[in-house]
Amino acid sequence: MAEKGVAQVWRKIRAIYNIQGKHCKTCDTYYFPPRPVCPECRRKGELVDYKFKGLGEIHSFAIVRQAPETFKRQMPYVVAQVKLDEGARLTAQIVNCDPESVHIGMRVRACFRKITEYGQGGIIVYGYKFEPTMRVTGHE
Amino acid sequence: MGEEDVAIVGVGMSKFGELWEKNLLDFTLEAGMLAIFDSGVRGADIDAAIVGNMSAGRFTGQEHLGAFAADMGGLGNIPSYSVEAACASGGAAVRHAYMAIKSGEHDVMLVLGCEKMSDVSQTEAMNTMSVASDWEWEGMFGATFPALYAFIARRHMMEYGTTEEHLALPTVKNHKNAAGNPWAQFQRPVRKEVVMGSGMLADPIRVLHSSPISDGAAGLVMCSAEKAKEFTDTPVYIRSSEQGSDTLALHDRRDICTMDSVVTSVNSSLKEADLAITDMDVFELHDSFTISEITLMEDIGLCEKGKGGKMLEEGLTEIGAKFPVNTSGGLKARGHPIGATGVAQIVELALQLRGDAEKRQVEGAEKGMAVNIGGTGATSIVHILGR
Repeated sequence: MAEKGVAQVWRKIRAIYNIQGKHCKTCDTYYFPPRPVCPECRRKGELVDYKFKGLGEIHSFAIVRQAPETFKRQMPYVVAQVKLDEGARLTAQIVNCDPESVHIGMRVRACFRKITEYGQGGIIVYGYKFEPTMRVTGHE
Repeated sequence: MGEEDVAIVGVGMSKFGELWEKNLLDFTLEAGMLAIFDSGVRGADIDAAIVGNMSAGRFTGQEHLGAFAADMGGLGNIPSYSVEAACASGGAAVRHAYMAIKSGEHDVMLVLGCEKMSDVSQTEAMNTMSVASDWEWEGMFGATFPALYAFIARRHMMEYGTTEEHLALPTVKNHKNAAGNPWAQFQRPVRKEVVMGSGMLADPIRVLHSSPISDGAAGLVMCSAEKAKEFTDTPVYIRSSEQGSDTLALHDRRDICTMDSVVTSVNSSLKEADLAITDMDVFELHDSFTISEITLMEDIGLCEKGKGGKMLEEGLTEIGAKFPVNTSGGLKARGHPIGATGVAQIVELALQLRGDAEKRQVEGAEKGMAVNIGGTGATSIVHILGR
């Protein structure tokens, strides 16, 4: 199927490996996922690549208990909307913690993980998940 | 009063549910023929057909439904095509027919909405529904459709104090209403305790908060208002038809508890019809999950933001109360064959306004509103109907 092509993943690895989105220099807004047009400024916008710091907080979340085949082994897992410190929000799994301890407002940081694989012998997609920040890292 | 340009002169429905013995086209044509018989229009009067469908290609392996329906329905060489707007595909079909007739291009149109979801595994059905959200940036990262609505529900609970009990109330009401709807998938009541104890899909969304996987179709015959009286004594008029969009991904919304697409399209539809929300006698709101019935009540202006749960608690949206919502049983209990839903909403409103809704009739209903949304609210299609 089209959404399982190698090129389709390859051409967006900067975005999903490094959380690289866009910054509009005209209105100073950060966008992730990357957008082709700034919806605020349109033709007056000036979008440049921007690598997000990967720090943020949980805006809302769900504990998924019924999932497609590729996620079945991980159930129950937490998926959340994370509000990045630059202002953009994204959707990602929350790992390295007890699902019951997750709460709105919880500080999280990005980590690099396997996201999914396209069947046996298919390509493996890597990208961002998020984990709780720890005080020792100084990120709290 | 707004102008009356376009009328609905016939309605038809197939049974909604798991229709193992029928193909997509079997029950789609059934709904279409029932609509034509109900209208008094002859097949030869119909000069175009339109099919609302989300994903027959993935669910059944067949696309090109416009030509397929015209062929199998014996409609000859008339123009026929399908439109897609995820869960709002049915509403999009109604709106396209409205625009085609209003423009004068077509006189009498057959409008169909259909989906066959039970021929694929549940996993495949879930994957197909996920493409109504932003697949690359939500679905691929593990956010199932129930999970996206769980984001909305959890945020709504935190910001406005909506409770688990509130989330159960639309299900209880809609199942009660569906008991009076012969086409509904679940024609039996369900107790609140059962809803609150049903299995979790994605906390806090439970199985009984969610619309089911369904097969089914709905049909309408629409024509210009001036022609309507030739066919029927009880035409129902489309007072306004409006559509709005919002970000495809839920994470890009200004506020995940408000669908701006709904707010703008409802406002413009009321303005177009020169009516207020309180003028409506009956509502069909897109309860793909119970939290969306709650947020839609707020977004259309039936109550303040955050007060939807309370309004349900007070019973203000029951049949017999001031603002009956989902008299058909809604998506939860009537069933949600994706492309059929938007058309089925209009069938229900037309029956209510004609006084033909039998056991679930809202006494003296004169005006009704249908809100059909696609994805998590990226598309909103609103119709106001009047007698």
